[in-house]
Amino acid sequence: METLYSVTVGILTACSVFLILRGRSFPVVVGITMLSYAVNLFLFSTGRLTIDGAPILGTQESYADPLPQALVLTAIVIGFAMTAYSIILAVRARGEIGTDEVNDQNNSTEGKR
Amino acid sequence: MNLLFIIMAPLFGALLPLVLKQAPRSVKTLVTLLITIASILTVLQYAPQTLAGEIPKQLVEWLPGLGLDFAVRLDGLSLLFVGLILGIGVLIIIYAHYYLSEADDDARFYGCLLLFMASMLGIVMADNILLMWAFWELTSISSFLLIGYWFHSSDARRGARMALATTGAGGLALLAGLLIIGNIAGSYQFDQVLAAADQIKAHAYYTPALILVLLGAFTKSAQFPFQFWLPHAMAAPTPVSAYLHSATMVKAGIFLLARFHPVMAGTELWFTIVTVVGLITMLIGAYFALLKHDLKGLLAFSTVSHLGLICMMLGIGTQGAVVTAMFHIINHACFKAGLFMTAGIIDHESGTRDMRKLQGLMGLMPLTATLAMVVAASMAGIPPFNGFMSKELFLDQAVQQHLFGGLSWFVPILATVGAALSVAYSIRFIHDVFFNGDYKELPKKPHDPPRMMSAPVALLAGLCVIIGLAPMATVSGIINQAASAVTAIPVEVKLSLWHGFNVPLLMSLVAVVGGIVIYSARDQLFTFNRQFDGQDAKHNFERIVQRINDACARFFDWLDTGSLQRYMAFVLISVIVILLPTLMEISAVTGSNPQLPIDMVSMVGALVLIAAAFGTATLHRNRFVMLMMLSVVGLMVSLSFAHFSAPDLAMTQLVVEVVSIVLMILALFFMPQKTARASSGHRVFRDIIIASFIGGIVATLNFAILTSPLESISDFFIANAKTGGGGTNVVNVILVDFRGFDTLGEITVLAIAAAGIHKLLNKLKPFMPSSDVDGRPWHRIKHPLMLTNVANLILPMAMMVAVYIFLRGHNLPGGGFIAGLIAASAMILQYIANGVDWVKDRFNVNYQSLMSIGVMIAALTGVGSWIFSKPFLTSWFTYLNWPVVGKWEFATALLFDLGVFLTVIGATMMILSNFGKMTTRHRPTYEGN
Repeated sequence: METLYSVTVGILTACSVFLILRGRSFPVVVGITMLSYAVNLFLFSTGRLTIDGAPILGTQESYADPLPQALVLTAIVIGFAMTAYSIILAVRARGEIGTDEVNDQNNSTEGKR
Repeated sequence: MNLLFIIMAPLFGALLPLVLKQAPRSVKTLVTLLITIASILTVLQYAPQTLAGEIPKQLVEWLPGLGLDFAVRLDGLSLLFVGLILGIGVLIIIYAHYYLSEADDDARFYGCLLLFMASMLGIVMADNILLMWAFWELTSISSFLLIGYWFHSSDARRGARMALATTGAGGLALLAGLLIIGNIAGSYQFDQVLAAADQIKAHAYYTPALILVLLGAFTKSAQFPFQFWLPHAMAAPTPVSAYLHSATMVKAGIFLLARFHPVMAGTELWFTIVTVVGLITMLIGAYFALLKHDLKGLLAFSTVSHLGLICMMLGIGTQGAVVTAMFHIINHACFKAGLFMTAGIIDHESGTRDMRKLQGLMGLMPLTATLAMVVAASMAGIPPFNGFMSKELFLDQAVQQHLFGGLSWFVPILATVGAALSVAYSIRFIHDVFFNGDYKELPKKPHDPPRMMSAPVALLAGLCVIIGLAPMATVSGIINQAASAVTAIPVEVKLSLWHGFNVPLLMSLVAVVGGIVIYSARDQLFTFNRQFDGQDAKHNFERIVQRINDACARFFDWLDTGSLQRYMAFVLISVIVILLPTLMEISAVTGSNPQLPIDMVSMVGALVLIAAAFGTATLHRNRFVMLMMLSVVGLMVSLSFAHFSAPDLAMTQLVVEVVSIVLMILALFFMPQKTARASSGHRVFRDIIIASFIGGIVATLNFAILTSPLESISDFFIANAKTGGGGTNVVNVILVDFRGFDTLGEITVLAIAAAGIHKLLNKLKPFMPSSDVDGRPWHRIKHPLMLTNVANLILPMAMMVAVYIFLRGHNLPGGGFIAGLIAASAMILQYIANGVDWVKDRFNVNYQSLMSIGVMIAALTGVGSWIFSKPFLTSWFTYLNWPVVGKWEFATALLFDLGVFLTVIGATMMILSNFGKMTTRHRPTYEGN
């Protein structure tokens, strides 16, 4: 099971990284979102994998580690805030400069300084 | 009163003139003066102890972990410098009162001056070498502000920048040197460093440490080859020049040499470097001083020259040489401050400092001329003034030394040449300005300045005479103590004006005659020097700076191409490069934990997840399909949380997934629906390689973690959740109780993100497509009947579920985050089904306020525990017996969770509804800008 889990997380990461390396804003944002899923899964798994061990007191013999769960819960919400922010940044950029390219098109040394 | 007050008074007093900005200048001068006098009175309290050979000390712990304490001492050397800094400081404050024009910002001047004074005092009194360094850098900064005081002039800015760059760089070298020394000594306290002197000198790192410290000293004191910055610092107002370049800033380097003399001197290396550099500086400075036509330029180079003399004495380092150095420090401060002030008076009254324009001022300003002659004579070393004595001692030392074996006889000759040049430029200062024919037309007709403006000069001239006539009564005590501190053995000096007919006197005579000869031949010298005119230090310095700038610009053009793809590739490749070698060192990644068996559900789930992830990546050109694939990924992630015993996470992930996919579809409305094929095959191949490596690394790490045994701190949470937090859902108790402060931070971040999005959407004119990519117009029915009805049905149910989930959260899966998201997604469904305007008519809530109220409730719940004198966010709970409901638990954590709940609804709705509004034709106008 652990092997399957880590392979899945690895593939998820690889696919997100590939998307993040694309040249348009939308795939990049999707890549970031998917990477946050992979990261959440990774962090969650630092508590190791437990089946039927939800950390609700009085229901189980032994419990899954609740600490990573609590951390990942807030990470999911913050991840949403980040996704929202970046997607709206992308829309704004498209509205302002008329393209969704992530590379500076008219990059010249004069323009930057 | 204590020792620290001496430094603290001007340090904090520096704020007073700034506070009194609106007050008349006399008030500011008076305040500045009083602060300085307060310091002086404190010094006077301790001075008798120091003169009796004791060392008053004080230590306040600051950063003991770094070995940095606020430790001060007042030994003889410190007292000598403290006296100069404060004494000359008082005169400068009075002088500046008259010197600055109406338009000058005197508050800033006095503020910077006090700051500078405090940092100089800090250097000379520090008993901890790191503390000394901190003040050292503070002088660089405050002198930058003072030199650049007239920042509207480009010369002032350039001069200030050059001074800062040079002394700042030297300061960094000094820090490195001090760290080495402190490391060898095992402490940064000066006493311990002093005790470890032999150890330091014998250490393998002695040479680098010495060179680094000397770099610091030489840059600060403008010693060869760093003498170039000092003349350009003359763009400062004259009181600043008089202060910084007679008694203080440039003397800091000399102080450093003196302070570290007992620690580092006595080696061949010290002798050679310090003596030779001092000698060269003395000669170069004196030569260039003669060539300058600007009064302050002459004085600047003469300062360089005299500093060289002191430096050379410290290099020789015998008892006599050290006494000479200490004595000359006092004398130089007296006559040079006086000369600078005279130059300032001449400039102030006549409008020019150019000696080619000035002449015959004797008749117009007789008082100034008389005073100038006294101080200039002291500089030239004419009896009976104090400069004569220290010069005699200097020449005597030059004769006595045997540092360079058979070539030692060079030194007295060169010393005499230096002295002769000194005489020559002193004569020039007096003769060119006050005599040399009759008065010529000048910008202003000069006359003697107000009495109080000459008073400081008169006082200094008086000192030159008194010290010259009665050295034993005036300065011998302090010189004894200072020289003892420098040589680390008690010193008793004998100073007198008349030493009888001896070799030094003969050399003095030669120097005076030689000086007169050189002065009369000055025109030939000017002509000779004209061929070097192009070699200006300023241009060289700026060319070097420019070259560094260009190199940096080229580097940035190469690095900063404006391509996000490139940056990402850089970052990711660095991750690979850094991680790979470390990972390869690990022999086995499989830990000792037994693996769980793979069940069918997990297998299928993992395969779907993998397929969806590949789908998202490969089908990314069709963006809608990509989003659908992404939603599958999210769903599967949620299911895997559920499978691995994390119901709270599963619920959160599920709702977040819904909300973010809705948001992205909304965004897609404003974006191209498809991506053109842009990346070359080459690029795609590279990206696949990078992605595979990163994925492989993550998988390996994850596997290593999963199979290694777990040592968790979670047992504490599980044991205390019920008894301490009053809830059985441990995850929720951690969120709202144990780690409540984290959660408070996180909802704040959420709120900030929402507010940021609100601003991003402000006045946005998004690209609004009227049809999809294939040219089909949008459907004319905007709000389908089915969806409208279902949404209306769902809303109350969803709200009820949200409240239920919220209330049970403390004991069963749920809580503020999840409940908030459920409520928000039900609301969003209303927006989708019925449109923004429809919702707005029925449910007009300001989500911004809702969000802010949420954060405030959470924060106030935390503050509430202060009322019961408990730490922030201490929770409390009890069981209430409610009618019908029965026994029900109430915890303050619930209140906190309510804050979370409201923040999540507010933030989510603010993001989505604001964005949704963009799609309507009647876009609301935003308040604010």
